[in-house]
Amino acid sequence: MNWFTAFLKSSIGRKVVMGLTGIFLIVFLVVHCGVNACIFVNDNGETFNKAAHFMGSNFFIRVAEIGLFAGILLHIVQGLLLWADKSKRRPVGYNKTAGSVTSTWYSRSMGLLGTLILLFLILHLKHFWVPSRITGLGEVMYEQEKVLNLYSEMKRVFSELWVVVVYVLGVISLGYHLMHGFQSAFQSLGWNHPKYTPLIKSLGFGFSILVPLIFAAMPLLMYLEIIN
Amino acid sequence: MIMSGDMKLTLKVWRQKNSSAKGAFETYQVDGISKDMSFLEMFDVLNERLISEGKEPIAFDHDCREGICGMCSMYINGRAHGPWKGTTTCQLHMRAFNDGDTIVVEPWRSVAFPVVKDLVVNRSAFDRIIQAGGYISVNTGNAVDANSILIDKPDADKAFAAAACIGCGACVAACPNASAMLFTSAKVSHLALLPQGDPERKTRVNNMVRQMDIEGFGMCSNTGACEAECPKEISLENIARMNREYVSSVFAG
Repeated sequence: MNWFTAFLKSSIGRKVVMGLTGIFLIVFLVVHCGVNACIFVNDNGETFNKAAHFMGSNFFIRVAEIGLFAGILLHIVQGLLLWADKSKRRPVGYNKTAGSVTSTWYSRSMGLLGTLILLFLILHLKHFWVPSRITGLGEVMYEQEKVLNLYSEMKRVFSELWVVVVYVLGVISLGYHLMHGFQSAFQSLGWNHPKYTPLIKSLGFGFSILVPLIFAAMPLLMYLEIIN
Repeated sequence: MIMSGDMKLTLKVWRQKNSSAKGAFETYQVDGISKDMSFLEMFDVLNERLISEGKEPIAFDHDCREGICGMCSMYINGRAHGPWKGTTTCQLHMRAFNDGDTIVVEPWRSVAFPVVKDLVVNRSAFDRIIQAGGYISVNTGNAVDANSILIDKPDADKAFAAAACIGCGACVAACPNASAMLFTSAKVSHLALLPQGDPERKTRVNNMVRQMDIEGFGMCSNTGACEAECPKEISLENIARMNREYVSSVFAG
C-alpha cells in the first residue's frame, strides 16, 4: 500500500481527497436541505418529524452517517493542513497583491470560510445532533408510533435572536465556500470539459445561492413565527 | 539609442544583495520616460543613471525581449508581468501607466524560487521538473517523415497551446499557494496529447508531479490566478488533464 499513501501525500492526491469529500458533503447538503424543507409544509412539524425519524432509524442512513463524519473530518484536516502549508511556500510575501483582479476573494479564503463553517457546525451539532442522538429529546405520537419531536426543538432553539443571526452568518459562509468549492471539486477530479464545465459552473452558482437561502429561511421563518 | 519622453515615475524596487542577504525596498525617481518604452527599457534608463552615479545597477532577468524566452520575471504592482493580459514584462509598455504613478516591483516569491539578486530568482526547479519526464525517448537515426504519424487536428491544436508555455514562472508567482501546477500540467499535457508522448505518459506524469512536490511548490486550490496571469494564456484545462493523467497512472498504472 506504499503507492496509496504516496498518492494521498502527493499534491494531486490531496486535492482529489478534497474534491471527493467535497462532493460527498454536497450530496449530504441536498439530503439535509430536502428533509428539513419538510418544515415548510407547516403542519406543526408532522411531515418533518416523520422524515427525521426515518433518517434517524434507517440502518443504511445510520451507516452513511458514520461515513459523513469521516468525510467531514478528512475534509477539515486536509483543509487546515493546506492552509498551514501556504505560508511555508511563500515565506517572504508580496508588498502588493492582485486582490480580486486575478481570482475571487472567496476562492482565496476557503480556509477562513471553512473555519467559520466549522465553528457554526460545532454549535449546530450541539443544538440538534447531541440531543437527538445522545442526551435525549421529547417525543410525539403519530399513528401509534413514538418519534422524537425535533420540530419543537427547532422552534425552541430558533426563538433566540443571536442563534438566528449565527445560523444566517453560518450559511452565508457556506454559500461562499460552495461558490468556489462546487466547481473546484470537479476540476480537482479532472472533470473539466469545454462542453460540461460551463454547466457545472452555472449549477454550482445556483446551488450555492439556493441551498443557503433555503437553510437561512428555516431559523428566520421560525423566529418570525411565520412557520408555527 | 534610447527614446526619451516626459513621464515621471516613482519606482519602489526590491533590492537584495544575494540569496542569503535580507532585502528591502528602495525608492527611485525616474523621469524622461517615453510611453513607447518597454518596461525593461525603463529599467535600462534607470540602470544607466545608477551606473553613471557609481551605484550598483538593479539586477533583473531578460533575454529575447520579444515575449518568447520566458526570462523576464517582474511582479509589478501586485501583478505577475504587470497589468496587461497575456503579456510578458518585456512586452509591457509604459503606456500601461500614467505620469506620476508609483510602481512597486518585486521578484517572484516562492520558496522554490530563491532570490539570486534583486529581481533575479533561480528557476532551476522548473528545469528539474522537465528533466524528470518532460521529454520523449527516441532512437537516434534519420529524422522520421513528418506525415508518418497522423495527428488529429484538435489534439494537435491543444498540444500546441500547452506547448506555448515559456516556463517563466508567472503561474507560481501569481498563485496564492505558490503552486507550479499550471507549468507542470502544460508540460505533461503537450506530450500526453500526442502519439509520440503516449508510450511514456504514465511514468512521465508520475515523475514530474513527484519532482514538483520535492521542489517545494505549494498545493493547488483552483483559484485560477495562474491562468489569469499566464503570458501565454495556458488554460486550467491542462491542470484537470494532469489530475486525470496522475490518478490513472497511480490507479491503473
